[in-house]
Amino acid sequence: MPQEFKPGCQRPEIKKKDTGGAPAEVQNPPEEVEQKMIRVGKPAPDFTAPAYYKGKFVMTSLSEYLGKWILLCFYPGDFTFV
Amino acid sequence: MEVLSISVDSIYVHKMWNDHELSKMVEGGIPFAMLSDQDGSIGKQYGIYDPDAGVETRGRFIIDPDGVIQGFEVLTPSVGRNVSETLRQIQAFQLVRESKGTEATPSGWQPGKKTLKPNPGLVGNVWKEWKVSDAF
Repeated sequence: MPQEFKPGCQRPEIKKKDTGGAPAEVQNPPEEVEQKMIRVGKPAPDFTAPAYYKGKFVMTSLSEYLGKWILLCFYPGDFTFV
Repeated sequence: MEVLSISVDSIYVHKMWNDHELSKMVEGGIPFAMLSDQDGSIGKQYGIYDPDAGVETRGRFIIDPDGVIQGFEVLTPSVGRNVSETLRQIQAFQLVRESKGTEATPSGWQPGKKTLKPNPGLVGNVWKEWKVSDAF
């Protein structure tokens, strides 16, 4: 289950999971990291990120929710209007 | 079903938004985890990060119990989502999963409406089972 952590001035680091893609060329890194094309019927990329959940700050991973239906909603920003 | 919301805002801003605005719309405040993706790396993995604005566009992903993406929708910032359509899609995906793929939900399907059972005999005969008016 999500692990609570104490908030401080330092932001928690987002841990990226290796999704098994080919290693990127390091010699000439592209200026813009290319975005992945998401395909239906394929596994959702896993991630771990800090979250605010019912009054607490926790670390949350998508993989914690295996076995449940998940609705993952991105949005442009807090205090935006719609 | 579990909901996860995610944006490039910090968890501190999430708390302020919940405490000062959202809790006035939803009694008891937001019941799900509000995730923070400050470098946009998760948004990039899902293909919905807008590097020009430095924000994530309105991407919505339905993920099944095996962790497989069943559907997604992406909108530009000024148009909000249709929550009832999202719930209808989840109900449809759940029905198909529970039927182990023996049933399919045709266009316009709503809970309680007729499903189709794909089989060789249905080829060329959908017109007998499904009318255009069923789409609405």
